[in-house]
Amino acid sequence: MNLTCSYLGLELPHPFVVGASPMVDDLDVVRRLEDAGAAAIVVRSLFEEQVHHDELAAAAAIDGPAHAFAEATTYLPEPMVRGADDYLELIAGLRRSVDIPLIASLNGVHGGRWLDYADDLMTAGADALELNLYHLPTDWRESGSAIEDRLLSMVSGLKARVSAKVAVKLSPAYTSLPHFARGLVDAGADALVLFNRFYQADIDPENLDVVRRLELSTSSELLLRLRWLAVISAQLKTPLAVTGGVHTGIDAIKAVMAGASVVQVVSVLLKRGPEFLATLRSELEGWLEEYGYASLEEMRGSMNLSRCPDPSAFERANYMEILRSWRGL
Amino acid sequence: MKNLTKAAPEAIRPPSMVDGNEAVASIAYRLSEVIAIYPITPASPMGELSDAWAAEGRPNVWDAIPDVVEMQSEAGAAGAVHGALQAGALATSFTASQGLLLMLPNMYKIAGELTPFVLHVSARTIATHALSIFGDHSDVMAARGTGFALLASASVQEAQDLALVSHMATLESRIPFLHFFDGFRTSHEVNRLETVTDDELRGLINPQRIEQHRQRALTPDRPLIRGTAQNPDAFFQAREASNPFYDACPRIVQQAMDRLAALSGRSYHLFDYHGHPEAERAIVLMGSAAETARETVAHLTASGERVGLLQVRLLRPFSSSDFAAALPPSVRKLAVLDRTKEPGAPADPLLQDVLTALDATGRRTASGQPIELVGGRYGLASKEFNPACVKAVFDQLAAEQSRPRFTVGIVDDVSRLSLEVDRDYDIEPPGRVRALFYGLGSDGTVSANKNSIKIIGEQTGRHAQGYFVYDSKKAGAVTISHLRFGDEPIHSTYLIGRASFVACHQWDFLDRFDVAERAEQGATLLLNSPHTADQVWDHLPRELQASILEKQLKVHVVNADRVARECGLGGRINTVMQTCFFALADVMPVEDAIEQIKLAIEKSYGRRGPELVARNHRAVEQALASLAQVRPPAQVTSQRRRPPVVSHQAPDFVQKITAVLLAGKGDLLPVSAFPVDGSWPVGTSQWEKRNIAAEIPLWDEKVCIQCNQCALVCPHAAIRTKVYETETLGGAPASFQSTEYKAPELKGLAYTVQVAPEDCTGCALCVEICPAKDRSNPRHKAIDMEPQAPVREREREKYDFFLGLPELDRARVTRLDAKGSQLLQPLFEYSGACAGCGETPYVKLLTQLFGDRLLIANATGCSSIYGGNLPTTPFTTNDQGRGPAWANSLFEDNAEFGLGFRLAVDSLRREAESLLRRLEPELDWQAIVSADQSEESEVMAQRERIVVLRELLPRIDRPAARRLEVIADYLVRKSVWLVGGDGWAYDIGYGGLDHVLALRRDVNVLVLDTQVYSNTGGQQSKATPLGAAAKFAITGKETPQKDLGMEAMSYGHVFVAQVAFGADMNQAVRALREAEAHRGPSLVIAYSPCVAHGYDLRYGGEHQKLLVQSGLWPLYRFDPRRFDQGEPPLVLDSKRPRGRVEQLLRQEARFRMVERLDPKRFDGFVKQSQRIADQRRAIYEQLAGIAVPVADAEAEVPQ
Repeated sequence: MNLTCSYLGLELPHPFVVGASPMVDDLDVVRRLEDAGAAAIVVRSLFEEQVHHDELAAAAAIDGPAHAFAEATTYLPEPMVRGADDYLELIAGLRRSVDIPLIASLNGVHGGRWLDYADDLMTAGADALELNLYHLPTDWRESGSAIEDRLLSMVSGLKARVSAKVAVKLSPAYTSLPHFARGLVDAGADALVLFNRFYQADIDPENLDVVRRLELSTSSELLLRLRWLAVISAQLKTPLAVTGGVHTGIDAIKAVMAGASVVQVVSVLLKRGPEFLATLRSELEGWLEEYGYASLEEMRGSMNLSRCPDPSAFERANYMEILRSWRGL
Repeated sequence: MKNLTKAAPEAIRPPSMVDGNEAVASIAYRLSEVIAIYPITPASPMGELSDAWAAEGRPNVWDAIPDVVEMQSEAGAAGAVHGALQAGALATSFTASQGLLLMLPNMYKIAGELTPFVLHVSARTIATHALSIFGDHSDVMAARGTGFALLASASVQEAQDLALVSHMATLESRIPFLHFFDGFRTSHEVNRLETVTDDELRGLINPQRIEQHRQRALTPDRPLIRGTAQNPDAFFQAREASNPFYDACPRIVQQAMDRLAALSGRSYHLFDYHGHPEAERAIVLMGSAAETARETVAHLTASGERVGLLQVRLLRPFSSSDFAAALPPSVRKLAVLDRTKEPGAPADPLLQDVLTALDATGRRTASGQPIELVGGRYGLASKEFNPACVKAVFDQLAAEQSRPRFTVGIVDDVSRLSLEVDRDYDIEPPGRVRALFYGLGSDGTVSANKNSIKIIGEQTGRHAQGYFVYDSKKAGAVTISHLRFGDEPIHSTYLIGRASFVACHQWDFLDRFDVAERAEQGATLLLNSPHTADQVWDHLPRELQASILEKQLKVHVVNADRVARECGLGGRINTVMQTCFFALADVMPVEDAIEQIKLAIEKSYGRRGPELVARNHRAVEQALASLAQVRPPAQVTSQRRRPPVVSHQAPDFVQKITAVLLAGKGDLLPVSAFPVDGSWPVGTSQWEKRNIAAEIPLWDEKVCIQCNQCALVCPHAAIRTKVYETETLGGAPASFQSTEYKAPELKGLAYTVQVAPEDCTGCALCVEICPAKDRSNPRHKAIDMEPQAPVREREREKYDFFLGLPELDRARVTRLDAKGSQLLQPLFEYSGACAGCGETPYVKLLTQLFGDRLLIANATGCSSIYGGNLPTTPFTTNDQGRGPAWANSLFEDNAEFGLGFRLAVDSLRREAESLLRRLEPELDWQAIVSADQSEESEVMAQRERIVVLRELLPRIDRPAARRLEVIADYLVRKSVWLVGGDGWAYDIGYGGLDHVLALRRDVNVLVLDTQVYSNTGGQQSKATPLGAAAKFAITGKETPQKDLGMEAMSYGHVFVAQVAFGADMNQAVRALREAEAHRGPSLVIAYSPCVAHGYDLRYGGEHQKLLVQSGLWPLYRFDPRRFDQGEPPLVLDSKRPRGRVEQLLRQEARFRMVERLDPKRFDGFVKQSQRIADQRRAIYEQLAGIAVPVADAEAEVPQ
């Protein structure tokens, strides 16, 4: 069965790519992922905040109290390396250990010199980049279009700086996602990844604190993604990746039918172990064979907005029908 | 003048702009194999640089990396180098002051054994009536008898060159060398340096001599014995046997100087004469003052005066013949200036040497008369010595009757020794840029200025010099940078008197300092101002307006705070101000300067990461847009005057002395103003209102749960709680907040939390620790940080009223836990400790619990600096005039010093008891002598008995009654505490501490454990935890901290506790109280967050919680009294570790640095730390569960 697909200039044997996760921190796990046949690995994000925070925190800790008192010009020894080198080292270490393609990830919503790392990441051994536009608008003064403009200029800025292929990972919260997606492609995005998952803020009622947590995804989260894959793939030729909610071979089939080229998986591997990748792949393969598909390509986008039998199901009517069916119960 | 064309081809290279310490370390490092050191100001940077170079793998000139080892004391460092030398290595060390004194015994040995060795000393005052970190020759002069050669350098360049000459000459002569240069003035001055390459160094060191040194080494392959004990038949002759080596030494030194001159063109002699070839008057001196004297002599000679300077380089062995030969025959009068004081001596040491030399050589004037010789003392502890002082000495020599002994640079109205100095005398060349910068330590002014010097010195070929004057306070520290730039070499080793450029980097300084005072006519004044050029005039104080108009200053403003903030740099305004300096100072084209500043930023911040570089670059780009010139009106318009330095309500001493010191005009105070023996009044910090906090905590009584944690954690006693009778509220300011106190035992009383707005440092520790949140708006707590300026006046008024409220009767505080402790008056307030300091809350707590009967022996270190550094000190008294009596002896002897307190107090108490007994039947002494006094209430009862006793005594007409009147107060139990840091307790003072604990005396030890040498800048101690990066452990310390508590427990009779106030305040209070109540030695090891840990100290409380949860700092109390009850002596106060080691380590830069450097090493440290924490816990748990036989009272050794 031909499961191949091309994504970010890479010819992948099948669509299952390991999404950004802490799994990359353990080389044994990474080798198991490779053995299980991962098509590529997205290396967990280098957070803009982390880069800036580390730099500024180190600067504050080291430079803050320095040169203020006669007996001590400094209080800490001068570190010999700069902020994000551990991330570069991570990429380089992975590169030395496995042969599968590595997609390095950058995470940020503000322009700035941290994008310089993109070059370093490629030099360290990444094959392509994923730029995670992790953004939560909280300031009424910044309009939707201003936010979009800023993000678009980040993408074009990054593309201007590196020759690497860049996938842009999005959140679903845009007034017109198709319009913004088109803008990203025009700005140079080589692929789009739908969607990133935010850390959820929870409330500790006893201590009046906000606590952050990240729950693993479930298949139910896939539905939101299927809809937008269907909408966007109908209008853009740019390869799309799905991430969030793919837990079974059938989930993957749905995503491909909705238009995904690549299927990123994380939660299910965290739950069931790296070896489950092989199961996903054989489930996919088995299903294709059972239903007589010649290749994966044959079904790609078959259920998107322009090709599915009832596009209104992806549109607002969907909502009304559900209401009706509830009334019937 | 330097002649570069004479030098070897590779010697033509760009000069380097470095300070004296670096210049010396670079030579010493490259010519050594073993470097054993101990940190001490101002020599520490030499050891630190050596360590950093070794960590980077930089080789010496023989391609080996020197072994750099930090010892437990200078005595240890001297022992280690002595051993290394004996065993055949080339060794060096660096030290100063007390450190040099500790090395003396080994120095006698090293010299007695004719061992080549160089000790580099940044000369510093020896502590006498007070400690001083600053420079003079009292330490070096104390080493005159050791047999070391003493070689003096006067400048950064000389310090490098004569360091090299020392290393050359010691190998040639076998005489060990003490090479010295003035602490701070040379060690910390940045100036232009012509460097020496490795090849040149190799060429100057004779390999044969190294071979001979190896041949003399102790080795079992050619055994011999050294260090024998000799008897009267042998010792004397053997001691004389080394004479030929000393006789040969001066020639060898000169030869080394000549070889260096041949290579570099820089020529030196044992004694160098500068000045008129037929001078009649001359000065003899050594060290950095020679630079100033030389400059002044050149100036005077140019105007026709026949004066000269004889600069001493080789002080030992003193070559009388060379001295006489260097002195022009024309000289009739000679002033010998000593930078040291030998009280009671017929003459200070250099003067004695010169007297002897003249006598020995029979040297007279050309007409055969004796040369008239006078002696002067100058420059103790870096006292300014400028051209005016030199001129005053020459004027004195010109007088008909010269004073045989004088001082210069001070006003001595007691012994009347001082010379009149013309303060306006100034000889600086007009073309030279002389720039003064008033900045904050935290705003980066000094580092930017160091960069500017490098840019100008290394890129433009011009000469540059930088010297930096620091604050005596650590929080909100003010820095004043003195920078000179010019086309000629700069030898001015004194502060700038007339500045062509003055920059004030902080707007509020305009109210604190007379920034225009040193500005010359027509100078440029650059202000970092929140007001625009159009508006700023009206905001200037009247005095400054007047100076601007009178001196016709060219005033420019820049809103550096705004630019820095907009560029995401917070308060780091340095690059903005630096750019404006280059735009205004006309030292190089501004475009070039901007390019160079950007390069310098990349160099300085590149290692932090590109974002910081980018932000600073942005600040540079935006700086000039905000720079604008002010057009002042024709007259002074402001009605606002600079506020007085201290309140008019301050006591006389504070008004007359402290205020002058605070104003930076202490140099003007005459000798009579000072105490004769170093005794100063306490309670002076309350008069120094520094207003350094941008934000201060404000209290909301409606949300407050009255836990008092804010007051307990406050490092500066700047947020306080008080419980008082409601009726005392009469006359309170309208805004004064008060609420009902909720504790049942103090029902009906009122309660207030009040900030001291002008003393708070804004660390926010209190707000972070505050557990009380507003339920409808949890972001709002019972205390929130709010901008200080708008509420300053209001809060000041409230605080004044608060202080006036009567203190709660201590007897009413029946629950003396953490909360209760904060109802007691702190007698330690507003110290100069860092914002967020983790040590001072313990010291303050000590004064709250026992302050009225407390004696503190304080080891040198942070706590002695914030505890006792002038101008103002934090220990104070209660309304009965009682309070902590505090003294600092040394770093190494604090346990013994404090024990001495106990011995004296006990001796006086015993004597008082004996007198009491003698006064029976007049007095009933039983109650007094048998009083227990373990608890506060019993101590108070005893005080009342003593009051009665004092009333009775005058009526008894017996000598014993008179004697008892003097010492009756010793019948009240005194609480003796030995306070110091981990450097003292774990390292340098450990031997003494161990001994004192081994005795059964009633002393209490409080170790303020920051796990690192804090005061000298973050060197590792034996308390430094595994994996922490510190100086001398750059890649992370490889051994865990010593378990000091366990060692003390092993005695069995020592009360031991480990505490961390942020993790468990009640346990900390309980431990201190139990330690005090224990009638034997007690040791409390107190975890203290510190800037050297590398995180924002406002989170110090949270870190301590995490630390204790991780198991790395178990809380416990080991009480020998529990043996008596048959209980296990140890009580563990913290729960089992919850595996949080990694989380903790990741939050502190000292550990994160290691992760950056080597993630695998970091992971290893994490695992090992967790294992050690678990193991120690297991041991403690067993100790806490052991069954002990009940003590047999009969068998006890009587105390």
